[in-house]
Formats: sequence, C-alpha cells, structure tokens
Amino acid sequence: MIDLVGKRLWFFLISAIVIIPGIISLAVFGLKPGVDFSSGTAMTLSFDKGVELSQLRQELTDLGYDRAVVQPAGEEEFFIRLPEISAEENTRLKEGLETGLDAKLTISSLYSVSPVVAAGTVRNTIIAIVVASVGILLYISWAFRKMPNPIRWGTCAVIALVHDLVVVIAVFSILGWVAGVEVDALFVTGVLAVVGVSVNNIVVVFDRIRENVKRGVSRDFEVTANCGITESLGRSLNTGLATLFVIVALYLLGGTTTHNLVLALLIGIATGIYSSLCIAGQLLVVWEKGNWGRISSLRKQVETSA
Amino acid sequence: MRKGNTPLLIFILILFAFCVWVILPGSDIFGRDEFKLGLDLKGGSHLVYSIDLTKKDPAQTDADVIESVKLKIERRVNAYGVTEPIVQTIRNERGSFVLVQLPGVTDIDEAIKLIGQTAELDFREITLGEDGEPVLDEEGNPQWVIAKAKGSDGQERELTGKYLKPNAQVVLTPQTNEPEVAFEWNTEGAILFEQITQRNLQKPLGIFLDDQLISAPTVQAVIKEKGVITGVKLDEARTLAIQLNSGSLDVPLTVVERRDIGATLGEDSLRKSLMAGIIGSAMVIIFMIAYYRFSGFVACLALLVFVALNLAIFKLLPVVLTLPGIAGFIVSIGMGVDGNVLVAERLKEELRRGRTLGAAVEEGFRQSWSAILDANVTVFIACAVLYWLGNTFGNFLVIGFATTLFIGTALSMFTQVVVTRTFMRTFVGLGVAKSPGAYGVLKQ
Repeated sequence: MIDLVGKRLWFFLISAIVIIPGIISLAVFGLKPGVDFSSGTAMTLSFDKGVELSQLRQELTDLGYDRAVVQPAGEEEFFIRLPEISAEENTRLKEGLETGLDAKLTISSLYSVSPVVAAGTVRNTIIAIVVASVGILLYISWAFRKMPNPIRWGTCAVIALVHDLVVVIAVFSILGWVAGVEVDALFVTGVLAVVGVSVNNIVVVFDRIRENVKRGVSRDFEVTANCGITESLGRSLNTGLATLFVIVALYLLGGTTTHNLVLALLIGIATGIYSSLCIAGQLLVVWEKGNWGRISSLRKQVETSA
Repeated sequence: MRKGNTPLLIFILILFAFCVWVILPGSDIFGRDEFKLGLDLKGGSHLVYSIDLTKKDPAQTDADVIESVKLKIERRVNAYGVTEPIVQTIRNERGSFVLVQLPGVTDIDEAIKLIGQTAELDFREITLGEDGEPVLDEEGNPQWVIAKAKGSDGQERELTGKYLKPNAQVVLTPQTNEPEVAFEWNTEGAILFEQITQRNLQKPLGIFLDDQLISAPTVQAVIKEKGVITGVKLDEARTLAIQLNSGSLDVPLTVVERRDIGATLGEDSLRKSLMAGIIGSAMVIIFMIAYYRFSGFVACLALLVFVALNLAIFKLLPVVLTLPGIAGFIVSIGMGVDGNVLVAERLKEELRRGRTLGAAVEEGFRQSWSAILDANVTVFIACAVLYWLGNTFGNFLVIGFATTLFIGTALSMFTQVVVTRTFMRTFVGLGVAKSPGAYGVLKQ
C-alpha cells in the first residue's frame, strides 16, 4: 500500500512552496480588478481594416481619453479600458475614432459599470465566500457527527479548502502582473464553484476514512487514514481526470467569455485533487496524533506504529 | 432479475424517449419550440438604471414611483420594437434599480437615451419687459417661462406633456419632407393650449424637452386640440414620439451598468462552447469505457439519459442559457460521472473480494450512496450562494452558471444512482458481461 500519510511533511512542504510565493504576490501586487470591481468601461473594438496600435492610442489621447488602456486582441481588434463613459460619450468616441482612423468601427462588446455598483459587488462577493465556507463547515461537521470529533473533520476540510482557494487566487494574482489577467464576477463564480467541488473530493476521502474507522481497520488512526486515502486514490484521480477533460476542452475551445471562470475551475479542481489526497486526511492525522511526520525513515515510522 | 427492476427500466426508457422528443426542434410542447438563449448568446444589451428616489414628489411612495418607472420603460421598450425584452426592478441596500435587457438591438446608444430620458415636455413663453420687448439674460437669450393658464376648474396649470393623448406620431411635412411629431391634447390640455396660443399670437412659443429648447415656432392662429413639434431629426422624432406616448418619468434615471454583446460574437461563442462540450464529453466516454470497461459503458448510457434529461429541463422550465450556463452544464457532465466512478471502483473491489456479480453490483451501489450524497450537497451549497450573489448584482451570467450546475448536479444524482443501477441490474439479469475482466478487474 502506498504510504501517503507518512509522507505528509513532504506534501505540506510542497504546498508551502506554491502558496508562500503566491501569498507574497497577493500581498505585493494584489489582484488586478476588472470592471466589475473597479468600475469603468471595457470594450472590444473591431475595425474593418488593419489599424496600428500607436495610431489608436494617439486618437484616443486626442479625443481626451489619455488614461485609456489599449491591448491588441487579434489583427483588427482591440480591447480598451476607460473610465466609465455615458451613451453620448460612447457615440462621440465611436464617431471620433471612425473619422480619425478612417475605418469603420464595430463595438463587438462593451461592459460598463459605475462606482456605486462596483463597491457593492466587492462587499457581496466577500459575504458570499464567507457564507459558503461557513455553510460547508457546518454541513461537514454534521455529516461526520458520529465521529469522535466532528469539528476536527470539518475544520480540516475547511483548511484544505482554503488551501485550494489560496492557490487559485495566488495564481490569478501572478497572472495579473505577468499577463494582465483581470478578475471579474465570473472569476468569483469559478472560485465559489471550486469551493463546492473541492469539498466534494475531501468528503469522499473522509467518507472512506470514516468507513475504515467504523470497520476498525487499525487501532492506529494513521494507518486507518492511510487506508482510506489509498482506497480513494482510484476514484479521486479518475473523477478528477474526467472533470479535467471537459474543463480543459472548455478552456481551449470554449471562447474567451468564460476563460476566467474555467481557468479558476481548472486550477481549483487540480489543486483540489491534490489537497484531498495529500493534505486533508493528513491534517486530520496531525491533529489526532500531534505529530507532523518526518522527512526521512518513513517506512520505519509506519512499521513501528502499525 | 430483481423484482421491480423491469417497471423502472420501462419508466426510464419512456422518460428518455420523452426527453429526446422534447429536445428535437419543432416539438412545440407547452409552447416551447426553442431553447431560450441569454443575451450573451443572441447579442443585445443589458442595462441597469439607478432610480433617483431623492427627486421624487414627496406625495408619492417609493414603491409607486418604481412601479410607474417600470411601466413607462416597458411601454417605451415595446414601442421601440424589441422582441422579448426584459424589464425588472431590483431593490437592495444600495438603492433602487431597473434592469432592462434588449436582445438584438443594434443602436444601443440611442436606445439608452430613449429609455432613460425623463422626457418632461413643456411649453414656454417669452417674458416681456415693460417696454414690450423680451427680457434677455446675461448671454442675450430671451428668458423662457413655463406657460400657465386656467384649467377647467379655474386653477392655474402649467402646460406640460402630461396633458397629451398617447397617440403622438412622426409625420413628414408634405412640402419639405422634414420630420415632425404630431400630437393631440386631451380635454384639459386643449383648454390650456387655447388660452396660451390666444395670448401668444404672432409670438414664439418654446417647446422644451427636459429643459432643452427643441423648437420655438411662432403662433399663427389660436389652436385647441393638436399641434406639431418641428426641428427634430428623424430618429429623434421617433424617440420623442415614443417618449411622449409612454409619459415622462417621475424621477431621473442614470445608467450604472451596461453590457453590450454583438450578435456575431454570441453566435461564435455558442458554436465554440458546443464544440468544447462535445469534445470534452467524447473524452469522458472514451476514458470511462477504456478504464472501467462494462461499468464504463453502462455509465455512458446513463450519461446519455443525463444529457437528454438536462436539455429537456432547460427547454421546458425554461432555463435561459448563457455561456457560463453552458459551461456549468458541461462541467456537470464531467463531475456527473463521479458517482459512476465511485460505484465502478466499489464494484471492482467487491469482485476482487470474490463476491458474485449480482451481489457486487448491489453492494457497490449501497456502499457508495453516502459519499455521493455528501459530495453533492456541498456543490448545492456553493450553487445556492452563487445564485444569491448573481441576484444581488443582477448578473445573469453568474445566475446562469449557478442554475445549470445545480440542475446538472441534482439530475446526476438521479442518473448515477437510479438509472445506472437499473441498467446494471438489467444487464446482469440478462447475463451480459459476466467475467470480472469486463469490469476492469485484472486476473490474479
């Protein structure tokens, strides 16, 4: 049997190696807020002929939008970010660009949010994440109520869950300053979906450990937990793979609208598989035994405890 | 075969056939002949207006103002000729809002002005000084004051748009082909208008919309019932006519959120998502069959029932399909095989322990149930929170994802357990795939 519990310190270290730089990035750079959270207008401009990026920048400056952020998105397409503009300003901007650049312009998508709405969105998002986490903590504590310490099971599940969320958010923070990826309402949707799915994996593993406790596999909780985790290995990896197949397909082929949502899911679910097998149950063992495990001579440890 | 399995199998097959029939185009059951696509898929504009209740008439209640704004916006939108518009009010701690969805509208800037403008029309006359000449302001423009006259009950009344009959229309002047808006006064308006035109004969009468002068024709004769507004461009005339007929809004509105999606962008996204869904599902099917053999094959049959059920529900409820909604559905396909994986793994274990196939199948389902239930409940909790969150923003994309993921997860519990088990029992009963190898158990 593979000893996944004995190697727990290794797994904790691996997680730390990913999470610590992520947290530093979050602390230093934060997340790059999209229009949903920071207010403003974002639009995709498609011209009927090639337009130089510098020309477009110049035109925007001439029209008074010197703070516009312009990114090319394909040959005749550009993505621009402006402070919030009204319908009249939008008409003027469109006409101004058409005459200035001598090209026909179609605004293929536009998203504009005022500061009033953006402020409320941030608040509600925080509420939503807290409510979801508390709801799940309560549910798991209830589902494992027949175990000696149901709160421990719930807490370990939530720690593993927070682990997954931190990884997702940290990756977006890094992508924010590396690739200019912004977070929007759909990113939040992805994060909340990760909450549900990630706990799903942890629950299956815990369910198996619980079953082994009931069956009395071993007097040593470490062995019992390891049994449960290895028995869940096939299921966790296979379900994870099946889910990742569709998510990768969606990410690669599904178009740009849902990119943030799908990317958050992709990172979250992949991390969730890892944390359900390598973190959650192991934390439970640490709590039960007060022992963080060792880097080497793992086999000896298991043999002596078995 | 287990008792009760055959009726269940027949029920599932009938249900499947029914779902397929519902999904097929042209079966307009309960009047639903097509899937309902969200704005991001068919193109159009999603607008949220904030209602400034601080400007309301103190005599009115907030609820009355909001209701009247909604009603007038509905009239304007309908008159503008939008198919299947949505007008909803949202009230939360940040204020009161009207959400308007206009599918398929191309000139959105114009539509925004049409809907959100207060459109308060009034008639004004020039103040004359003691010398009989118009009083001028600092910039040398004549001073306009709202024209008042005695109403039917002898009270002084301002002549505004509220005395118009709701039948204003755009006409072209025969001689010049210039557009103008023809209107008619109601009884009260006619009484006021007669007195005002009487005293302003051969003088200009200013027509103002939201305090902006539109035109100032010179009064040629005493008029009672009707008049025209000139000096407007054709599209402005059209907007004005609609606004006059819907009535002016009681309070000012401002756009606080706007999302426009081009129709071609929507079509393109839909095609891409469907392709991603088909390829993703195909990979899941290949993987399941390759790894779990016969259990995998049965799981794929159940997956077929799952997809049919889902699509039928999308059409019947109906669920408004958005891109994130489709993503939610596709994700639920991937997650939906989870129950099958759990059961198939258990089945393998039980077979390895030397149980008979029939017993292993029963045991596999019995043992997996608690994990399937617990795992799905957590997804439900996340969906419920997401649905709430989407509603507080009025964000139809977030709502779309939460809805389809919820429906998909709920249905997958049914198909993973009931449908897969029924199929499995049937096949076991028929004596198909007897060897443990057919379930992915390696010979020892």
